[in-house]
Amino acid sequence: MERQYHDNLIVSSAPHMVSPVDTTKVMGTVLLALAPAFLVGIYQFGYRAAVMTIVCIIACVAFEWLFNAALKRKQTVSDLSAALTGVLIAFNVPSSLPYWMAVIGCFVAIVIVKQVFGGIGQNLVNPAVTARIVLFISFATEMTTWPIPRGAGAVDATTGPTPLGILSEGGGKLPSNLDMFLGNIGGCIGEVSALALLIGGIFLIWTKVISPIIPVCFLGTVFVLALIIPGQDPIFHLCAGGLMLGAFFCATDYVTSPIMPMGKVIFGIGCGIFTILIRVYGSYPEGVSFAILLMNILTPHIDNFCISRAYKKGGGK
Amino acid sequence: MSQQKKHLQSIRVSHEKHTAECETQVMPIPDTVCISMSQHIGAPCKPLVKKGDYVKVGQPIGDTDAFVSAPIHSSVSGTVTGVEMIRSVAGGEDQAIVIETDKKQEAWEEIKPPTVENREDFVKAVRASGAVGLGGAAFPTHIKYNPQNLDEVDTLIVNGAECEPFITSDHRLMLENTQDIIDGAVLVMEQLGLSKGYIGIEENKPDAIALLDKMLAEQNHPEIKTVTLRARYPQGAERVLVYEITGKTMDAGVLPAQLGVILSNVTTIAFIGQYFKTGMPLISKRITVDGSAVADPKNILVPIGTRIADIVAFCGGYKAEPKKILMGGPMMGRAIYSDRVPLVKNNNAILAFAGPQSIVAEETGCINCGRCHKACPFKLLPTAFAEAYDNKDAERLNALQVNQCMECGSCAYVCPAKRPLGFINKLSKALVKEEASK
Repeated sequence: MERQYHDNLIVSSAPHMVSPVDTTKVMGTVLLALAPAFLVGIYQFGYRAAVMTIVCIIACVAFEWLFNAALKRKQTVSDLSAALTGVLIAFNVPSSLPYWMAVIGCFVAIVIVKQVFGGIGQNLVNPAVTARIVLFISFATEMTTWPIPRGAGAVDATTGPTPLGILSEGGGKLPSNLDMFLGNIGGCIGEVSALALLIGGIFLIWTKVISPIIPVCFLGTVFVLALIIPGQDPIFHLCAGGLMLGAFFCATDYVTSPIMPMGKVIFGIGCGIFTILIRVYGSYPEGVSFAILLMNILTPHIDNFCISRAYKKGGGK
Repeated sequence: MSQQKKHLQSIRVSHEKHTAECETQVMPIPDTVCISMSQHIGAPCKPLVKKGDYVKVGQPIGDTDAFVSAPIHSSVSGTVTGVEMIRSVAGGEDQAIVIETDKKQEAWEEIKPPTVENREDFVKAVRASGAVGLGGAAFPTHIKYNPQNLDEVDTLIVNGAECEPFITSDHRLMLENTQDIIDGAVLVMEQLGLSKGYIGIEENKPDAIALLDKMLAEQNHPEIKTVTLRARYPQGAERVLVYEITGKTMDAGVLPAQLGVILSNVTTIAFIGQYFKTGMPLISKRITVDGSAVADPKNILVPIGTRIADIVAFCGGYKAEPKKILMGGPMMGRAIYSDRVPLVKNNNAILAFAGPQSIVAEETGCINCGRCHKACPFKLLPTAFAEAYDNKDAERLNALQVNQCMECGSCAYVCPAKRPLGFINKLSKALVKEEASK
């Protein structure tokens, strides 16, 4: 009996089986985790919150696609990371911001911060956080004009201050901690509801997309420092500004945070210290973005420090 | 002991144990077999027969004087039609003896149970049996059973952890050859003077654990205990198993004997048990045949030297054009270039894939998520290896302890960017070795 042989089989290195989780699924899960905050944003600030988010997604994806096409690189828009950056930028601006300004933020995030450094995985700092800072410095008035949220009840004005603005500059009554927790306060589209962000963050930890170390150390440090510094309310600080959004969704960005657990501890504590220092002693009312940016820059050094400690002779266990 | 609180990092992989209920079938003798002279770690054997010789079942046809080696026996009766060079699955060339079978399966006259009076006899008999590590490593068993520090060794660990997806041959062995396992373990412990015996089995094989527990109790062997392990990957890796059962950390390059342990695969132990009863050397192997391209997946007992194509033909043939065929499991098995290669002693599965499972996933950029680091049983940092390897920095690789890597492939399995981290680890280790020899 003459046997037919198959002589052209695929030869590759083990393992020959890979987990179904890929980058697209990871990014998709993070997008899903942002859904509660998105819904609260639409409820509080109306249709403009939704349009802003869509504009930012389209702008980020388009910039990434165009950049890749111009440089004849492999297209990476399907990994959803550009879409995620778009959502995070929208969440980090007031809903009243002119769209073209938000698009400039998207350009900064995708082209300047991410693509010129080599695309996904190569950026040194978080694109969305950097875009927020660039917008904040470039368009100070528009970026600090806050529409009144629907949940704040009927008021005559169309804009009002954020709680951190009141704390920093006075000029109003601080909202209750419950309103702050639920999101009945002025602020950026995606940052107002601590509850919605907490739900998303816990979902990410539960699905093991992020490690709890950075958010716990970040929030914990803010809480403890606010407890120690006289005249500060720790609960207020946890719920105010971009802390929840930053702690769960920006500081945990894989690319720009340390890989080793000990590095994550250092990173989280560092973010917390800088946030409180800027909020309480700095001239800006909010410090989360600056804190994350500073720690992003320190990340390679934190990683090197932790790696050389962990893999000393006999280490690594 | 089974209630270890601390575990090494491990990962969940899809078990895919489709053939767990498939009782082992004996495959009929094929028309020809091709028996490789390189079936163990160490020096290859030299052929003892030449073209035209008539050989019988169990007759030695290859051996060598080299220390790290084990003899090779004919699995069939028939006429040697040639001693050829064949392309090995590793890419090199091996000598192989091709035998045209007469299907009479006449046993060699000198087959008889070995007589053992002392430990030296025992080790000699183990060598003569052709036994090698049948879990996959193929390290000659007689060397393992003759450690220099035997007086410090008190524990036998039998590895019944079959953590590779798809493979169920060890599971079937534990259900079908339970007595051989007990006999083998008792014999090895007696001959080597070991006081404690553990059979480590994962919790996804409760029937095997129950059967062994029952028979060990009936036959009054309190010195041997089963240990229920977590059904995670890579539970069956030597260094992981030693840690899970004894709590002792085993670094790369350390022999189990240095930690007071002799560790053998359950198939090896069962074979030893059988051999001392019958005297028939290692000539056949129980394997799992499965995968999306195989028509009728099953567990079969195959003569060593049977070509993969013949094995698949017995399992209903290919139901789809095979694109990738693995010797061993999908996590650590080797992709073979052709199905004309023959079965060797340490194979425990043939998996043939047609569809998406045969395609190598496209690599995307590393997002520094750290899943590889979290998956590694030894908490190594594969992303850092990859960076150092790109820079051809052997010193950095050494500092990162790349040699602790046992190539289990967990890092590459979990990587969302589908980077070939397992492959990079192998290349990195080779680079370190190369630099060290300069």
